[in-house]
Amino acid sequence: MFVIGEDVAKLGGVFGTTVGMADEFGAARVIDTPISETGFIGIATGAAMAGMRPIVEIAFVDFIGVCFNQIYNFAAKTHYMSGGQFKVPLTFMIGYGGGYNDAAQHSQTLFATLAHVPGIRVVTPADAYDAKGLMHTCLRDDNVTVWMVHKRLWGLGWLGFPLPKALATVPEHDYTIPFGQSRIWREGTDVTIVGLGLTVHNALTAADQLAAEGISAEVLDLRSVVPLDRDGVFKSVAKTGRLVVADEDYLSFGVTSEVLAVIAERDPSVLKAPAVRVAYPDVPVPFSRPMEEFCLPNVERIVAAARTTMTRGKR
Amino acid sequence: MGKGPLPGEMHQSFGQEPCAVGVCAHLGKDDAVGAGHRPHHVAVAHGVDLNKMVAELFGKKTGLSGGRGGHMHLYDANVNFFSSGIIAEGMGPGAGMALARKMQGKPGIAVAFVGDGAANQGAFHEVLNMVGLWKLPFICVIEDNKYGVSVSKKDSTAIDRNSDRASSYALAGEYVGGNDPDLIFAAAGRAVERARRGEGGTILELETERLHGHFIGDSGAYRPEAERKAMKDPIPTYRQRLLAENAATPADVAALEAKVQTQVDEAMRFGRESAYPDASDALQRLYA
Ligand SMILES: Cc1ncc(C[n+]2csc(CCOP(=O)(O)OP(=O)(O)O)c2C)c(N)n1
Repeated sequence: MFVIGEDVAKLGGVFGTTVGMADEFGAARVIDTPISETGFIGIATGAAMAGMRPIVEIAFVDFIGVCFNQIYNFAAKTHYMSGGQFKVPLTFMIGYGGGYNDAAQHSQTLFATLAHVPGIRVVTPADAYDAKGLMHTCLRDDNVTVWMVHKRLWGLGWLGFPLPKALATVPEHDYTIPFGQSRIWREGTDVTIVGLGLTVHNALTAADQLAAEGISAEVLDLRSVVPLDRDGVFKSVAKTGRLVVADEDYLSFGVTSEVLAVIAERDPSVLKAPAVRVAYPDVPVPFSRPMEEFCLPNVERIVAAARTTMTRGKR
Repeated sequence: MGKGPLPGEMHQSFGQEPCAVGVCAHLGKDDAVGAGHRPHHVAVAHGVDLNKMVAELFGKKTGLSGGRGGHMHLYDANVNFFSSGIIAEGMGPGAGMALARKMQGKPGIAVAFVGDGAANQGAFHEVLNMVGLWKLPFICVIEDNKYGVSVSKKDSTAIDRNSDRASSYALAGEYVGGNDPDLIFAAAGRAVERARRGEGGTILELETERLHGHFIGDSGAYRPEAERKAMKDPIPTYRQRLLAENAATPADVAALEAKVQTQVDEAMRFGRESAYPDASDALQRLYA
C-alpha cells in the first residue's frame, strides 16, 4: 500500500489526514506529488492494476474536475472492460462541503458526480467510528472506492469545531462496516429524515426541535451512496409514512432524487404526504455569508421540510 | 476563516508585488489578464477597481460580483481581468482571450499569471503547445516562489527552470532572478513587445518570495528556518534603492505612500461599510 497526493508527506495533508504517516512508513510509501492530478491518479491506477493498493488524497472534491477522465473513463471501467482481468483496488480520500465561505470551487459536495459512474463505490461517514470502519472496508475492496468526509467533520478548529456527535470512541482493533448499510441514529414514528455526512448532524438537531413540537423524527444515515441501502430507506419510510431527504449536493439528479426513486419504484402508497428534498439549490456555491447560508441544507430548512410533510397530506 | 469580517480562505501576495507591477505596467485595458488563487497583487496592478475588489473580499453587495465570487474568483470585465482558484486555470481561458483578439483583429494581448506549482498541471502544457503552434499573443508569467503549499519546487519539478520548457513549445523563455522590479519590468517589456508584434508567446519565469504562509493560518513551518530568514520584503528594498540612486526624494516617496494609503483606507472603508447582498440573491445570475 501507499499514500499519494498533494501535501500528504511533509505537511501531513491539508486537513491533517496523514499526519505522522511519512515518519512511520517512509517517503517511498507516503508520496508528495506535484500539482498534477491527472498524472498521479493515472499513475495510482496503473500501480493498482499492477498489484499495489494505493490511497489517493484529493483534499477538495472540486479538484476532480481536472482529472476526472482518469477516474471515470479508465479506473472505474477497467475491471469491466478487461472482462475482469485487471482489478483496480484504489481508494480515494476526499474532502467535500461548504459552510465556511470557501466559495464555488472549494465547497462542492459532488456525491452524484462520482456516484453516477458505474464501477465506483462511494461512502461518507458521519462520525469517527464509521470513518474507520468504512475506510477499512474501502481498503479491503478490490474496486475503486471513494471515502469522502465533510470538511466540517475533520476535527479542525478553522473549519468549525466538530459537532459533538461526530466524536465517537474508535476501537484500536480492526473492524469494517459493510457497504450499503445505512444506520438509524434516532428512531421515530412520524417522519424519516434521510441524511449523509454533515446533514446527519443537522437532521439530529432538527429532530430534537421537532420532538419539542411533538413530531417524532427518525434519522437515517445512508453512510454509503453507492451501493445505496434501498431496503433500509424503504423500511423506515414504510414505517413513518413521511420522508425528508437532506443533502449538501446539488438538488437535481442527485442523492435526494435517488432516494425518492426508491419509494416511487417500490410503493409510493406508503407515503402519507409528498416527500420533501432539502438540498443545495442548483447554483454554484456563493461566497458571501448570507447567500451561502441561504443555500445550505441547514437545521431550519430540515425542520421546515418535516413540518411540511406533517401538514400537507393528512390522509 | 472563522467568524471575522473576511470570510473564507485568504492567500496573500506579500513579497510577490514586483511580478505583478513589473508586468502589468506594460498592459492596458485592452489586454486581458488571468490570475490564480493568489490574485490580489495582480488585480491591483492591472487596475481592477480597488473599492469593488475589497467589497468582494468582504462578500458585499457592492463587490465585483455582488459577493458571489470571493477572493479567488475576481472578475472585472472593465479591464479584462479574471482569476480562478483551480491551479493553472489562467492558461486556457487566458490563451483563449489571446485567440479571440487575433481572430477579431482587435488590439491587445493576454497574460496568465501562474505559480511554479502550476507548471506541472496538464493544462499548462497543452495550452502552451497551442500558443506556440498558433503564435498567440500570450504570455505565461510564472511567479516562482519555490513552493506549492508545503511542497518545494525541487521536490515537485523535474527541471530547475520552467522557462526552459519554452523550447518544447516554440516559445520564447526568459528567467528573471532576484525579485527585482526593474529587471522584471525590462524582461516583461520584451515579452509584451514580442506578443504585440505578432511574434508569439513567452514563458516569463520570475523568481519571487512568498513572505507568508500559503494562506492565512499556515505558519510555513515546513520551510527551513534559514530559508525563511533569508527572504527579503521587496518593497522596502526598492524604496531604499530609489532613494540611494536619487530616482526619488524622500518627499516623493512619502507623498506616494500617503496617496496609496488613502486609497487603501477608502477601499477598506467602502468594503466594510457596504451592505451584504440579500440572501436570496444566491439564486440570481446562473444563466445569461
Ligand atoms: C487543480 C488544483 N489542485 C490543487 C489545488 C490546491 N492548491 C491551491 S494553491 C496550491 C499550490 C499552488 O502552488 P503554486 O502554483 O506554486 O502557487 P503559489 O501558491 O505558490 O502562489 C494548491 C496545491 C487547487 N487549487 N487546484
